Amino acid sequence: MKPLVLEVDSLTKHFPLGGGLFRKPVHVVQAVSDVSFTVAAGETLAIVGESGCGKSTTGRAIMRLTEPTAGSVKLDGEEVTALSSGRLQAMRRNMQMVFQDPFGSLNPRMTVRETLMEPILLHGVASGERARHWVDELLKTVGLAEHHADRYPHEFSGGQRQRICIARALSTRPRLIVCDEPVSALDVSVQAQIVNLLQDLQQKLGLAYVFISHDLSVVRHIADRVAVMYLGRIVEQAPAEQLFADPRHPYTRALISAAPRPVPGLRTASEPPEGDAPSALNPPSGCAFHPRCPLASDICKQTRPELGSVGAGGTLVACHHADAPAPVALEPAPPVSASLAARLAVLAAARQAAE
Amino acid sequence: MSPASQAKDAPLLEVKDLQIEFKTEGGVFRAVDGVSFSVRRGATLGVVGESGCGKSVSSLGIMGLIPTPPGRYAGGEVLFEGRDLLKMSAKDRRGLRGGRMGMIFQEPMTSLNPVYTIGDQIIESLRAHRRVNHKEARERAVELLDLVRLPSPSKRVDDFPHQLSGGQRQRVMIALALANDPELLIADEPTTALDVTIQAQILDLMRDLSDRTGAAIMLITHDLGVVAETCDEVVVMYAGRVVERASARDLFQAPMHPYTLGLMAAVPRLDEKGSRLETIPGSVPPPWAMPKGCRFASRCPLATQQCRAEQPPLRAIDGDRLVACWRAPIEEIAA
Repeated sequence: MKPLVLEVDSLTKHFPLGGGLFRKPVHVVQAVSDVSFTVAAGETLAIVGESGCGKSTTGRAIMRLTEPTAGSVKLDGEEVTALSSGRLQAMRRNMQMVFQDPFGSLNPRMTVRETLMEPILLHGVASGERARHWVDELLKTVGLAEHHADRYPHEFSGGQRQRICIARALSTRPRLIVCDEPVSALDVSVQAQIVNLLQDLQQKLGLAYVFISHDLSVVRHIADRVAVMYLGRIVEQAPAEQLFADPRHPYTRALISAAPRPVPGLRTASEPPEGDAPSALNPPSGCAFHPRCPLASDICKQTRPELGSVGAGGTLVACHHADAPAPVALEPAPPVSASLAARLAVLAAARQAAE
Repeated sequence: MSPASQAKDAPLLEVKDLQIEFKTEGGVFRAVDGVSFSVRRGATLGVVGESGCGKSVSSLGIMGLIPTPPGRYAGGEVLFEGRDLLKMSAKDRRGLRGGRMGMIFQEPMTSLNPVYTIGDQIIESLRAHRRVNHKEARERAVELLDLVRLPSPSKRVDDFPHQLSGGQRQRVMIALALANDPELLIADEPTTALDVTIQAQILDLMRDLSDRTGAAIMLITHDLGVVAETCDEVVVMYAGRVVERASARDLFQAPMHPYTLGLMAAVPRLDEKGSRLETIPGSVPPPWAMPKGCRFASRCPLATQQCRAEQPPLRAIDGDRLVACWRAPIEEIAA
C-alpha cells in the first residue's frame, strides 16, 4: 500500500448569506457538507458532478484558498486546517493547483520565466543559476522549449498556457496537485495532449492528483477512484472501473447515461432525469436527489441516506435503494470497423516513421 | 420528374463556396474559405470542428449576421429555398430570420433581453412576423413554452430571464426559435453551457421537435458525442475549410480525413479504459499564416510535397462521401 498523501475527513464549507456586521446571516449556502476521502501517492481521485455540486469548493477548501467551516485536511499526516498563515505558506509548497482557465490564471505582465521563478524563489526551492536551470528543466518536462521562457502568456495557445500552469505547479516539487477542470477549456486534440502529460508526470514523479471534472469520459480515462458529488455531498465513491461497470447511485447512473458518446445509433438505457438540480440554499429534505430520482420512495423524502459500503468492490454509496436492481447503464460500443483500424494503423506507422 | 417533386428534393439550404473575410490590424484574413454544404428538409446536419475552424462564422454568415466591416462576404452563395440570402435586401433577410429560419445560440443568458419577460419576447417575435393581436400571441407563447416542456408555462410566461435556470433559459430560446414554425433551425453550440443531464434533456427535446414539426436543423458543435447522437449528416471543418462530409454513421464508423481520424482517436471513451490517448501534434496555423497547400499538412504524418503545395479539393470517394485529402483513401498507402 502506498503512503497516503491526502486525508480529507468530514470537510464542510458553508457560506453565510445576508445579515450584517452584528446580525446573524439570513441564509446559509451549504456548498460542501461532510466530504471525506483519501488519496495515495501516485493515485488520482476524481471528483465529478454538475455545476453547483461543490466540487470546486472542495478543491479550494483543501488548499485553504477558502477557509473550511469544519472538518480536517491532512497532507502527509500534517493537519492543514490548523496551520498558522506562515506555516500554511510553507505547506503550500507541497500542494499546488492547476485551474480551468489558462487565460485567467497567468499574469499577462510576467514572462514565463518570471511566472515560474516566483514560486521557486518564494519557497526557496533554488536560487541563482540553479533556479534558472530548474526553470529550463521544468519547461522541458512539460513539453515547451527553452526559448519560450522569455515570452508573455498572450503569445501562447490555450494548450501551451495550460502547460505553463502545470510547470508552475511542479516548480515547488509538490506531493499533491489539485486540478480543477484542467482540460475543460481546451479542444479535444489539445485536451488529449494535456491528459497524457498529466499521466506521464504522475508516473515519473509519483504525484497524487485530485482531479475535479464534469466530463465523465476524461475521468474514466485518468482516475483510479471516483467520488460523485451532488448538492455538496458525496453520493457515491468507488474505484473507477467499478463505478463505470456497476454504478449504484441513481444519480451516477443518470450522469453516465446522459453523457453523449461518439457512436451513432446507441440509445441510452434510461431517460435523463427530469428537472434541474435544486439550490444549495434550500436543499430538499431527505435525499437531495429525491425530486429527480426514478426510485424515490417515502423514506427518501424524509431521511438522508448515509454513505455506506455496498458489495465487495469497495463502493460507498448514499442511497436507500442501493441494492435495487440497476439497468445496465452503458450499452457497449460496437468494435472498431476494419477500415478504421486499417487507417489508424497507417497513420500510426507514418508517425513512427517520422520520429 | 415533375417540377413539384424536384422542388421537394432540392435542399432547403444550400451553401456554395462561401467566403468570409475579416479586416484586422494585421491584415485581411479569410475565416471561411470556400465552404459548401447543404441541409435537406427535415434532416439534421452537424457542423463540427475545433475552435477557430470557422464553424460559428459560417453559421453567422448564413444568417447574414456578420458585422460588415470588419467582416466582408468575399464570395459564394447561400441559397435558402433557391433564393440567395446574400443578395436579399436587409429587410427581406430580417423577415426570414426568426420567421422561417430560427436560431439558437450558446449563451441563453446573453441572448435573452433581461428587462423583458420571456412572454413579451416571444410575443414580440410572433407579432413581428405575422398579424396576430396581443391576446392571441400570448396564448401562442404559453403553447410554445408548453411545447418545450417548461413547467407551469401559463405562470412562467411572466418570468424574467434571471428567474430561470440555464436549462430553462435554453428551453425559452428554443420556444423563441420555434415561434414562427421555422423550416430551418440553426443551433450554435446549444448545449455547451449546460450540465450533461440538462444537455440530454435539451437534445431529446430538439430531436422530438424536429420529428414533430419537420424542421431541419443545422447544429454547430465541437462535441463529437453530441453530433453522433443527433445528426444525420456531418460536415467536418478545419481552419476555415470543409475537410470531410459524410453521413453520421459512415463518418463515425470510418472517418477518412487524417484530421477526422486524429480527432476521433483523441476522444476518451466512456465505455472502455483506453491505454493512452492519441494526440494530434502541433496546433492550427494562425489565420495570418495559412499555408498554401492543405491546411492540415503541418500536422499530418502523411503529408507529401503535393499536400504542402496544392490545396486538396473536396472530392467524392466511395460513393457519396466527400473528402479533401490528396492521400485518401489512406489505407491504400503501402506501409
